[in-house]
Amino acid sequence: MPERAKPTLSQSEHSVRLAGCWTLATLARAPQGLRAAIAKAPREALWDLHDVVALDTYGALLLWRAWGRSIPTKSAIPPEYQALFQRLQKHVAEAPAARPKRDPLAWVTATGALTLTLVSHITCFVALLGQLVIECLYVLRTPRRIPWLEISANLHKAGVRAMPVTALVAFLIGVVLSYLFALQLKRFGAEAFIVDVLGIGVIRELGPVLVAVLVAGRSGSAMTAQLGTMRVTEEIDALATMGVPRHLRLVFPKVVALGIAMPLLVAWTCAIALAGGMIAAYFELGLDFQFFIANLPRAVPLPNLWIAICKGVAFGVTIALVACHFGLRVEPNTESLSGNTTRSVVAAITLVILLDAVFALATRNVGLGRG
Amino acid sequence: MNGVPPVELCGIGTRFGRHWVLRGVDLTVQRGELLALVGGSGSGKTTMLRQIVGLLPPTEGEIKLFGESLHDGNRDELAARRRRFGMLFQHGALFSALNVFDNIAFPLREMRCLPEAEIRDLVFTKLGMVEIDRDAAWRMPAELSGGMIKRIALARALALDPELLLLDEPTAGLDPDRSAAFVTLIRTLHQALNLTVVFVTHDLDTLAALANRLAVLAEGRILATGSLDEVVQVDHPFIQRFFLSERSMHALRRGKGTD
Repeated sequence: MPERAKPTLSQSEHSVRLAGCWTLATLARAPQGLRAAIAKAPREALWDLHDVVALDTYGALLLWRAWGRSIPTKSAIPPEYQALFQRLQKHVAEAPAARPKRDPLAWVTATGALTLTLVSHITCFVALLGQLVIECLYVLRTPRRIPWLEISANLHKAGVRAMPVTALVAFLIGVVLSYLFALQLKRFGAEAFIVDVLGIGVIRELGPVLVAVLVAGRSGSAMTAQLGTMRVTEEIDALATMGVPRHLRLVFPKVVALGIAMPLLVAWTCAIALAGGMIAAYFELGLDFQFFIANLPRAVPLPNLWIAICKGVAFGVTIALVACHFGLRVEPNTESLSGNTTRSVVAAITLVILLDAVFALATRNVGLGRG
Repeated sequence: MNGVPPVELCGIGTRFGRHWVLRGVDLTVQRGELLALVGGSGSGKTTMLRQIVGLLPPTEGEIKLFGESLHDGNRDELAARRRRFGMLFQHGALFSALNVFDNIAFPLREMRCLPEAEIRDLVFTKLGMVEIDRDAAWRMPAELSGGMIKRIALARALALDPELLLLDEPTAGLDPDRSAAFVTLIRTLHQALNLTVVFVTHDLDTLAALANRLAVLAEGRILATGSLDEVVQVDHPFIQRFFLSERSMHALRRGKGTD
């Protein structure tokens, strides 16, 4: 096939003859010797291109660069290839635009930009919160405007569908914890206290945080991605154009649904984790189920349950708010979507842990009874 | 080398579920043609274009590019064949993580044998060819207007000097002024680079101004091929409605006027 003919260069005393196919495809496979030969060939010789079968922009560029970014005075270039060289001459001959130089003070601008981003995140978040309060007041005055359908859909997606995975994780964690505690407690002959340790640990601390981390990864990221995609496809703008308040229709149901689903999930997770712990205690310590269940109310005073439920509500609302905050900030491109989804999950988990610390401080005198 | 048609479709049929979008389509595109695939919405124009570039395998029939079947040969041969055509997607499909320069340099860098200095000169040549200011090279796609995105996507499609260029709705989403300029640009490049161009459109202005041959798709087959004047002669209700209504006639006259 003539199109694949190898590019060749033959040099006589005063002329350089090129032949074959000088295109990107053939030159990419040409031996390194050819490049060297082009570079070595004298610039002032007569360059004869009449035997060249095909020449494309890359072939022309290679020659043109070898000629020192100009067309040699003595050259025999067939008319059909003239335009290629003229195009090069026109578009790249003048010093090519350089990449903008790195600013030596770039770190100052970067710090400033970071601060401004942080400030804008905080103001946006506060605005979102305020908007949500307004929507809540509005909905309380006009209850027929409550978006029941969206709330129940979100409840199903973030709550019911999360039950299997939270159950699995909770059960395994319960078994593992119970086993580790049993080993330690055996050394002190304090086997019976496993009910206290597991009860307080799981209900007060581990259950809510475990569910929050799972839900942030599962539902928080989904919410951010959903809102983000709706931004990309202009669906949110379409809603706004139809006079549907986006906070009421998109943010409010998610926050309410997660606020309801999370405490329920916390209860479910705690129950499963305790069941796992109970089974492990039975095998490891020979503690029977009746003893475990009968001692649980004594070991875990009622306020602990209320703390767990409150944590559930607070964590759920936080996760949903953070997810919506980042989802609404997505700009219509793929980078922004992936970046905001990541940030949403990381921020939600961090905030949940911070909130947990606040809870621990605020409730340090509550529910620990027999101190 | 002029004997081999760049695109050959033999008995192409496409089925989505139980619905045949295309059936028994034969089409040959000769070197140097500016072929327009025309048809109403949902007539399978874009499907056909996606099949030509191998994004969608046909249910039946065979597609040949440059005389070879699209999926024959080893990895290198496949890659070499893919470099012989470029495609412009409807919304540009620029990579949003890369700036304009890197977008156009992307196919060149994928060759993995070109020095950076040469890539740079090539990128600026292509930018010049699509008449984009060289300062725009460092901007991100998100900062560009629709018209600029189309031009830059065209520069990317032309980065490897393809012989065949496929355009999906080249003027959709552009204002009349911009779309006229874009059509002129494609015509100029077609002449300058000896391209074969296949494009899909339902914009009659573009059609009249750009195409030198038409293939009209309707009812899952090709109703007619030929120049605009020949196609208009065909006595078929779809063609009569599509080309000979008051509005269409007006658009066609206007399109021809921009020559």
